[in-house]
Amino acid sequence: MTSDRPLHLAAEIASGAGPDAARRTLALARLAEAAALDFLTHDDTFAGPGLDALAVLARIAPETRSVGLVPTVTTTHTEPFHVQAAVATLDWVSRGRAGWRIAVSPTGAEARLVGRRPAPPTAELWQEAGEVAEVSRKLWDSWEDDAEIRDVTTGRFVDRRKLHHVDFQGATFSVKGPSIVPRPPQGNPVTVVDATRPAARDTAAHHADVALISAASAEEAAALRAELHRGARAHGRDPGQLCVLLSSTVDLDVYEGGAGALAELIAGWHGGGAVDGFHLVPAVGERDLERFTSETVARLRERGLFRTDYEGTTLRDHLGLARPVSQYAKAGASA
Amino acid sequence: MSRKQIRLAAHFPGVNSTTVWADPRSGSQIDFSSFEHLARTAERGLFDFFFLAEGLRLREHAGRIHDLDVVGRPESITVLNALAAVTDRLGLAATVNATFNEPYELARRLASLDHLSAGRAAWNVVTSSDAFTGENFRRGGYLDRADRYARAAEFLGAVRELWDSRSPGGEPGAFAHSGPQFRIEGSFPVPRSPQGQPVVIQAGDSAEGREFAASAADVIFTRHSTLEAGREFYADVKGRLARYGREPGDLKIMPGVTYVLGDSDADAQERAAGIRRQQVSPQNAILALEQVWGRDLSGYDPDGPLPDIDPDPDSTLVQGRVRVADPVAVARKWRALSEAKGLSIRQTVIESTGRQSFVGSPATVAAALEEFVATDAADGFILVPHLTPGGLDDFVDQVVPLLQERGVFRTEYTGTTLRSHLGLPDPVWKGGTP
Repeated sequence: MTSDRPLHLAAEIASGAGPDAARRTLALARLAEAAALDFLTHDDTFAGPGLDALAVLARIAPETRSVGLVPTVTTTHTEPFHVQAAVATLDWVSRGRAGWRIAVSPTGAEARLVGRRPAPPTAELWQEAGEVAEVSRKLWDSWEDDAEIRDVTTGRFVDRRKLHHVDFQGATFSVKGPSIVPRPPQGNPVTVVDATRPAARDTAAHHADVALISAASAEEAAALRAELHRGARAHGRDPGQLCVLLSSTVDLDVYEGGAGALAELIAGWHGGGAVDGFHLVPAVGERDLERFTSETVARLRERGLFRTDYEGTTLRDHLGLARPVSQYAKAGASA
Repeated sequence: MSRKQIRLAAHFPGVNSTTVWADPRSGSQIDFSSFEHLARTAERGLFDFFFLAEGLRLREHAGRIHDLDVVGRPESITVLNALAAVTDRLGLAATVNATFNEPYELARRLASLDHLSAGRAAWNVVTSSDAFTGENFRRGGYLDRADRYARAAEFLGAVRELWDSRSPGGEPGAFAHSGPQFRIEGSFPVPRSPQGQPVVIQAGDSAEGREFAASAADVIFTRHSTLEAGREFYADVKGRLARYGREPGDLKIMPGVTYVLGDSDADAQERAAGIRRQQVSPQNAILALEQVWGRDLSGYDPDGPLPDIDPDPDSTLVQGRVRVADPVAVARKWRALSEAKGLSIRQTVIESTGRQSFVGSPATVAAALEEFVATDAADGFILVPHLTPGGLDDFVDQVVPLLQERGVFRTEYTGTTLRSHLGLPDPVWKGGTP
């Protein structure tokens, strides 16, 4: 039964701030894409270092075709309205391959870059991050898919009944809406939350399509996955729509047994139902990603556990996640 | 002696009342392929830069979302980063509001674009006046006119300090800025970008706008007008530069212009009239009237006479768009025109609003463009095509070669950065410890 669950693989590719950042990132993205990985993450914080992660992935979007693109996007000192518009636009320029990894900015140094408010306690930051995720979904849904009509007879470009104010009131911000960006190709780009820290776990259970965890054993991973699934259910979600990946920094030079042993571990934990897949954080970008794709992925394929090529075109396709119907379309249908 | 060179930029024809969507050739305003086509065409034409406008709230009319023009656009900087992958030399200009952003984050995003495009980034600084747009933002609220420019000027100054906080040698630097609007400090994470200071554009014609541009901008995006008014504006703005220690060539004056080409001048005039009818649908004519009158005029026949009631000067009917300054005077002018020529509502609106700037054969248009630049009414133009994505094709194919023959437009890119295309001096590094 568990063997029918597809295995999902992803990798981190942040590659520094140098003038060749675009070229190096593109080279890593192509490695990952040739191996048909589900998606790439590009880490970031509000304070950097280096270039804005979403910008880097937008830059390589036209030069890749299939791999999902997931920049870290912070929610503490940014405007929710701008953030959702940028993520939706990444989905447009990548033709349905965008996600975002939500992060918060807990430090005083980050707060002083903006100078508007001191850094609140971490729990409040994750509460706010959850609200940003919620309002982003509302704004992505605020244009129904068929809002644009171009009806020459009546002179109307859009059907305004399919554009919605979101009237969101959070604890620290409010947004009127609708978005300026039409509904992106995936409907809702994929939301990733790093749930390795307990403070982020409830936000992950509530809002994530993909949660990243770290664990020292399969048992620990299984317990975390079960906890996230329970949380999802408590928030009224289908746990089947929450994909849990083990995220781990790997130095394949010193990893005992090498890339093959890593494949065994992934296969074992996945087969046993502890995780839905693996997110590689290479200790050395070019070297470890190259070994991972050429050896670990190859081994997993030999065992029939991982796709040999992309079967869909969007990141949601890769992850087996349904394209959501706009929440406002549903409301309209039941009204 | 070499002749004064024309600068050219292309404005993406998206959310804009001049954009014609009810035409079989009109494509998507949001698919990346439309942006790619326009940008590649502009680069084929050796343009200086590609320009994206911004909107932060969908326009509303009588409390309802305006539905007669193109609606919906991408977030500018993200699209430009993607366009950096499919173009090589073209400058990439994003309009970004100084009211609803913060200097540190925007400085980082623009420096990132400058790196990812190898030195082709530009920022068009705009400000916002209304609480209506503020409803989408943490910042919220309303800034009066003077405060908008005070904030924009300090915002731009802070952004420039951040860009300069990294030395040309690459050492990470600290910054600290303290003013009435912003008190920020820290370390700027992006290495000095290829242009050092990305190009800054300022849009606006007011006295405050002119002064702001003269003090701090590289390009001013202005309204197109007659040759005479253009020369007056040009002289006024260039005359303000000396007091900031700047040369006349340090600020390029580029009006936004529309154009219609034809096989002959008569053919172009005929096409222009057809495009005006597409731009001003019967529904749009009533809407244009309501924007002046500030009243619900939906009961009027667009093919009938103008209303004889007067405008409501205190109307809040229109939101998210600049209000007509003196509605009573405009109404009086429109009525006089309608009576003198026997025009209907729609004909009056077509006649009174947004006529195309340059209409004629390619030779006529090329000559007119050159005249504006040669006689110091402009340094160049930001072209606003009326069709997405093919609206720039004919200009690049038919007018650019004539400008090149006249010796007033480049025949190849000689530099790699936008600053070099525009002939702007290398920025002087003003960094160092705060």
